[in-house]
Amino acid sequence: MTAFLIRRLAFAVVTLFAVLTLVFLLVRIVPGDPAQVILGDQASREAIEAMRVRLGLDKPVWQQYATFLGGALRGDWGVSMVTGRPVIEEVLKVLPWTIELTLVSLLLGTAIGVPLGVWAAVNRNRAVDYASRISSLLGLSFPPFVSAILLLLAFSIALPWFPVISARTGSAGAWFQSITLPAINLGLITAAYITRVTRSAMLDVLAEDYVRTARAKGVPWRAVVWRHALRNALIPVITVIGLYLSILIGNSVLTEIVFSRPGLGKLIVGALNQRDYTMLQGMMVIYTLIVVAVNLMTDLAYGVADPRVKLQ
Amino acid sequence: MTVTQHTPQPAPSPLAYMARATVKAFNANKTSWVGLVIFLIVAFAAISAPLLAPHDPVEQNILYKLRPPTAEHPIGTDAFGRDILSRLLYGARISLVIGFVSTLAAMLLGSVIGIVAGWYGGRFDVIVMQAMDMLLAFPSLILGLLIVAMLGPSMTNIILAIALTSVPAFARIARAPTIAVKEREYIEACRALGYSDTRIMGGHILPNIFPEILVMASLWLANAIRTEASLAFIGLGVKPPTPTWGGMIREGFENILDSAWLAVAPGLAILIVVFALNLLGDGLRDAIDPKLKGEA
Repeated sequence: MTAFLIRRLAFAVVTLFAVLTLVFLLVRIVPGDPAQVILGDQASREAIEAMRVRLGLDKPVWQQYATFLGGALRGDWGVSMVTGRPVIEEVLKVLPWTIELTLVSLLLGTAIGVPLGVWAAVNRNRAVDYASRISSLLGLSFPPFVSAILLLLAFSIALPWFPVISARTGSAGAWFQSITLPAINLGLITAAYITRVTRSAMLDVLAEDYVRTARAKGVPWRAVVWRHALRNALIPVITVIGLYLSILIGNSVLTEIVFSRPGLGKLIVGALNQRDYTMLQGMMVIYTLIVVAVNLMTDLAYGVADPRVKLQ
Repeated sequence: MTVTQHTPQPAPSPLAYMARATVKAFNANKTSWVGLVIFLIVAFAAISAPLLAPHDPVEQNILYKLRPPTAEHPIGTDAFGRDILSRLLYGARISLVIGFVSTLAAMLLGSVIGIVAGWYGGRFDVIVMQAMDMLLAFPSLILGLLIVAMLGPSMTNIILAIALTSVPAFARIARAPTIAVKEREYIEACRALGYSDTRIMGGHILPNIFPEILVMASLWLANAIRTEASLAFIGLGVKPPTPTWGGMIREGFENILDSAWLAVAPGLAILIVVFALNLLGDGLRDAIDPKLKGEA
């Protein structure tokens, strides 16, 4: 287990550096001088020079890179070009909203997707199976902002059950009101992915010899499916959930926009519109950290779901 | 089949063989036909948009803004009085062109990376694929958004962003069958004949793994169209007034309270195209590799 963990940790560190480097390069290929962009066309030469010094743009590129990497790891991501407040402060302010939404929709997606996938696999090529396959294919065809708009139209506008702006806080009721529609939107799309992979993993496992053996020695079918088969089908399911999280993070951006819910999505779109490059750079750092952390957790989950992984 | 036991027939031409194999793959899962037909209808509508569109898609008419459907404007008009049906038809062109070009670019680059990595193996393979895994782990919408935001929202930059984020997927798709195929006897024979690595990879491995790549391409085309629409919805689409489906939803969303149809119509258009491509690709994948059945 230790060797497995060390290897995964090393990969995580390499990923972190590689993506941070990519972000650094991407932000620097922006056409034009950021100082000029911030100050506008009317700025004097001296003002632009001063801004360049303030942003550290007067230093050689390798030095900027070292400063960026050091800062990124220490949590010093610079100051927003628009609000003047530290980027990390702005990010941490909305981060809980996004994490909460992602976790609730992941739970919802798993709670719907795993049983539905098992049910479809057990009833292979029957009506249930076809219905679940078509509906899950439809689910993963939905652009998340389109499904969000339909939900908003149905349950906030036609039937005024939920707020149009999902940003209420204070009580449990307010929390429930603000998270329900966004979480249903992301949860149903997540469920579509999880249903498909659970079904296919279960089909593989149900064909195994040990499933037949369990049946032959008289284990009830229900126990065979849920205890013997599902346990073994979980590894590919966890892999897909881990990979899917990065899609979910992208989808949450679109969902947050439609439901006017605070979060990383709203923050990044605001930064885009106002050309707040330090904010964008900081947001990429936080996304990278989240992705690396999620991958590590996925690896740990393998170990829990399948003790054999630890030995490899 | 007209081949009898006694008269040896010449081998069917590669083209005829491929055509038969394709029809067989489609027949294995009837939903692929449904997907193909819907997709072809949309593609036809996009190509013949100048003939089908009742109005100029960018012509404004403030007097006729936000009108409900009439005989003259079958799906009504938007906030600038522009005909929505015409904008949908022209928008399909943008979606399909960006989708096709970016998927093709990703397919070419990704396949080359995957085949070369699979063929040479060893440390080279490990390093290349780890790099691909890193890219794959990063949210592609966020990465695409950053690329387009930095380079500017032009058609070329959007294509570049979508293509770059899809390369790792194609590299993975091409690598696995390359590894399976390279141990076969006919590849062994190529080596014995002294063929160069490039010739074996291009002339003998690629044709054998091409069906798998092509099927995945149909699924990634769906993904590319959805990503383009998402970028446009965020405000990083091809610049207005050029109609794009994502951009139309963005504009329609501003009038969601009184003219919901403005956002719903292009939304349904995206859903129909993406669903058709997923039906097509999913059915074909079942036919080509039963083991992949239903995997996301």
